[in-house]
Order: sequence, then C-alpha cells, then structure tokens
Amino acid sequence: MDEALSPVPASPKPVSWAGGFFDSDLWISFKRSKVTVIAAIITLLFFLLAIFAGLVAPQDPFDPAQLDLLNSRLPPIWQEGGQAPFVLGTDDQGRDIFSAIAYGLRISLIVGFLGVLFSAVLGIGLGLIAGYFGGVTDAVIMRIADVQLTFPAILIALLIDGVVKSVLGNQIDAWTILGVLVFSIGLSFWVQYARTVRGSVLVEKNKDYVAAARLIGLPAPVVMLRHVLPNVLGPVLVIATINLALAIITEATLSFLGSGMPPTMPSLGTLIRIGNDFLFSGEWWIVAFPGLALATLVLAINLLGDWLRDALNPRLR
Amino acid sequence: MLAYVLRSLAQGAVVLVAVAFIAFSMFRFVGDPIANMVGQEASMADREELARRLGLDQPFPIQFLHFLGNALQGDFGISYRQGRPVSALIAERLPATVELAVLSALFATVLGVALGVYAAIRRRGVLANAVMTLSLVGVSLPTFLIGIGLIYVFAVELRWLPSFGRGETVRIGWWTTGLLTWSGLQSLILPVLTLGFFQLTLIMRLVRSEMLEVMRSDFIRFARARGIPARVIEFRHALRNTMIPVVTIAGLQLGSVIAFAIVTETVFQWPGLGALFVNAVQFADVPVMAAYLVFVAFVFVVVNLLTDLAYLALDPRLRAAAPKGAR
Repeated sequence: MDEALSPVPASPKPVSWAGGFFDSDLWISFKRSKVTVIAAIITLLFFLLAIFAGLVAPQDPFDPAQLDLLNSRLPPIWQEGGQAPFVLGTDDQGRDIFSAIAYGLRISLIVGFLGVLFSAVLGIGLGLIAGYFGGVTDAVIMRIADVQLTFPAILIALLIDGVVKSVLGNQIDAWTILGVLVFSIGLSFWVQYARTVRGSVLVEKNKDYVAAARLIGLPAPVVMLRHVLPNVLGPVLVIATINLALAIITEATLSFLGSGMPPTMPSLGTLIRIGNDFLFSGEWWIVAFPGLALATLVLAINLLGDWLRDALNPRLR
Repeated sequence: MLAYVLRSLAQGAVVLVAVAFIAFSMFRFVGDPIANMVGQEASMADREELARRLGLDQPFPIQFLHFLGNALQGDFGISYRQGRPVSALIAERLPATVELAVLSALFATVLGVALGVYAAIRRRGVLANAVMTLSLVGVSLPTFLIGIGLIYVFAVELRWLPSFGRGETVRIGWWTTGLLTWSGLQSLILPVLTLGFFQLTLIMRLVRSEMLEVMRSDFIRFARARGIPARVIEFRHALRNTMIPVVTIAGLQLGSVIAFAIVTETVFQWPGLGALFVNAVQFADVPVMAAYLVFVAFVFVVVNLLTDLAYLALDPRLRAAAPKGAR
C-alpha cells in the first residue's frame, strides 16, 4: 500500500473514470481471470433481473389479485403438467416461481446493499475516530468491537431484530421490517470495517501529508474525511464486496428462521422457507430454484470479492 | 506463563460482565417486566408490590449487581412464554446442542486438517484441485440450504436417514444422549454434516494455505537438506507449525458453530438451545434471550482460554518462559 502513496497523495485515484479505467492494472487483471469475468457477468445478470423484475416477470407476485389458485403447484415447464408462462412452476398459492425469484432477489439485494452501506459507514466512522484520536476513545470503541466479535453476526442480527420488533409491536408493515433487517445487519457487521480502517489510519496519520493538513489548521473532521479516508479505502472495498455476500446470506437466514421478510413481501430466504414446507410432498421446485438463485448469487459475489482482494493486495502483485 | 493465563482470564471476565450488562439492559428496556408477569386485572398496588419483590424499585446499578449475583448462580428468572425457570429449560436443551456441536467440530477438524494437508502436499493433483473448487462452493452455500439439500437427498428421495428430531435418547442422570441408540445416531448424521460443512471448508482452506506457506520457509528447506524423509518433514515439522493459526481460527470459529447451530437446529427441528433461542426471539421471551446470550459468551470465554492454553502446548517459544511440565 505504501508504494502507491506518492509524497503528495492529492487524490486517491489519479485515474479519471472515463479514459483511465480501461488501462488500469485492475481492469487488466480482471480481463485475465476468466472465472472473475464469468462471476461478474452472472452478478450483473442478477442485478439486472432484480432491477427490471417488473418488466421480465410474467406476474407481480406481491399482488394477490394476480394469483390464481387454479395454477397452484404447477411443476416447471419441462416436466409433465408444466404450463406456460410458469417457466419454473408455481407454489401453493399459484405464485409463479420465476417472478417470485425476480422480486425476491430485489428485496434481498436491497437489504444486502443497504446493510453493507450502513455497516460500512458506521464502521469506517468509528474506525477513523478510534485511529485518529487514539487514547480513551480508541480503547472504548475497540473494546466494544472485541465484545461484539464474541458473537456471530447472525446471532446479533437475530437479537436486534427480536428486540426492535418487540419494541415496535407485532403489527408492522413489510417496509419497516426491511428497515429493521438493514439496521440489524448493519450493526452486526461494522466491526471488521472499524478494525481495518483503524489499522490503516494508525499508519497514515503519522505521514507528512496529515501533519501538513493539520498545520494549515484544518479541523479534525476535514482531515479525517478528505485526507485520511481516501487513502484507507482500498481494503474497505474488499470487505464491502465480501460482506455483500454475507449480508445477503444473513438476510436469507433471518428470513428462513422466520425473523425476516414476511410471506407477503418475500425475499429469497422467505421463498426458501415457504418452499421447505413442500419438500416432503414432492414439490421440489418451490424450494430448489430460489435456493439455486441464492447460492449462485452469493458464489458469484464471493468470487468477485476474492479476485478484488488479490488484485488490490500489493504483496501478490 | 501465569501472567499469560491471568490476562486471558481477566479479558474473559470483562467480556462476560459486558455481555451480562447488555442482557440486563434488555430486561429493563424491552417491554415491561411487570406487565409480562402479572395479569391484565392486577391493581396498581399489586404491581408495586411485585416490583418491590423483584427489586425493580432499586436503583439501576444495584439491580445490575443483583442480576449478576443471580446469573452467577445460574438463575435467569422465569421464561415469559413457558412459565418455567430458564435454567431448567437450558439444562434440558443443553445436551442436544453439545452433542451436535462437538461432533460437528470433530468431524470438521479431523477431515478438514486431513484434506487440507492432502491439498497442500498434492498441490497440483486433480483430486486436490477438485476438493479446493468444491470448498469454494461450500463457503458460499448458506447452512440452511445445505441442510435442505441433505434432507431432500437422504430423507425424501433415498429415505435412508430421518430428517428431524433426535431419535430415541437415553437418559444418564440429567443428561440425555442420542449416541447410544441406533435411531439417535442416525438422526445425528445429517445435522452434523450440515453444521460441520462450513467449518470443514474453512479449516481445510486454512490448513492448505498455512501449510504451503510453511513448506516454503527456511527451516523446512534445511530439514530437507539434512535428508529427513518427506513424510516426517510434512507431518512432524510442517503440520505442527501450521496448527497454531489453525487452532486460533478453529477456536474463534466456535462462535460460528453456535450461530450455525441456531440455523441447523431450526432446519432439523433439533431440540437444542438454538431452536430455543429462535423461538424466544420470535415471542420476545427476554429471560431466555438474555440467558442464551450470557451462555454463549461464557462458552466463548472458556474456548478462548483453552485456545490460549493450546498455544502453550503448540509453541515452545511461549513455553520457554513457563516452568517445566506446564503443558
């Protein structure tokens, strides 16, 4: 990391997005790794499916008026009894599995992205403060982080979810639940950012450019955000990518356990929970396709994260 | 070495007190404990009487000390939902979770180390590469999907193994075990595979990368130069030096064994602590949640301590300062 920092690191990325990106080391290493390119394409397809769910899906699975019980439990189209337009079959309420996956994917990705964003902002903020000020502030923040590390993220998310729901009462709508999920996922993943950022800040803050920024009298928040932050963002990007996969898994797990998205506005995890009930009656497609979608998405994002970690690691270059 | 152990103990105590504080705050601020315990028609005087009896009229720090004292004696109050002492509920559920977690950890560690060493020694072998690719898929698969997949294959399609519960259990004192009956053992297989799979892939990848690192180091090259047979170098010299980070991670991972036990127990309707906790969360059963939280922290602290002691056994440099026979 050190060699990337010229004596006067004015901006974090000297490359402009328009022209420079396609000549950068990152892009070249990306093109060279076939697995990564495939993973990126798959991830992109999933994103597009989620964004354009309304255009691609034959029905709106959240709208009860569009569901017809006559179409319930249809197998996928290539099996006997399958019907167009239900390519991947239907569930017990006549919900088209493909549409449900497209819309569920949207929910899963929204929760994932917002959760990662929330935890990153929280973690980066606390990490900056801890590293920059040091002393008691540092000790308090990092001890909290230590204690939190005792507990697995899913446990914390479950706990926060339970506490918030019991405070808000049982009658809360799906969007509030989504907010609660984002909140609990965010609170359970901040530690890693905080630790990483703090570590980098401890290295950065002794460098001349920070001393210079302080000398000209810039206030601490400006030094932290405008000068130190851009130089510690590399590792954060890697964590964020891998955490996106983790956040999606956490949301799916919470929903599967019954503490996440309700069946009226299902995420992938809720769909798997619903489908799990039909495993024994032979309707495997209700659980298999959402499960496959979730596993593929997470695998693709993980592969991207792995590549990014190696590509940004100066030791491996 | 005593200082080393004492420091670990002190850190553990701090973690426990902090967690107890969080658990206690939940009691105080989630819902109204009085309202949870008395009926709708209780009068104001009844409520005040109960509050006094429970010590809720005391100042916050005193209440916390009181809570700590009770927790130390294993008393976490009475479940809001089931109306029974939380300690009894936990004691009843504990054996199921312990058997599941220990067997999974054993399965993951033994197979994980073996596969990891194999993948490191036969780095370019076809089988080793296949194992590595599979492990990447394993890392990405959520636990509950693995469980559902296993249930579908082995319980629904092949009908070889049961898909839920513990089967028949044998009672030994207050402990119930599924290890002594055929159906109990059968019931353990799928949950253990499910719970152990993630740990297995993790340990395997870790052992492989650590081993590759160690094999490149000077002392291994030197051992080769001395003409020590490859097997001896691999297992006596390299593996031993690989184990330190592996033990650390495996120890830290115990937390996630507990977390994934929550999921695994739900998938397999396993009557353990995780399932108890999931139910407690859904019904805002605060005493159970609090007790589970403290219990998990306690397990973590104990495992951390054991991990620290394992360092002493594995790393002679740490032992150098210690008196002889300390391992």
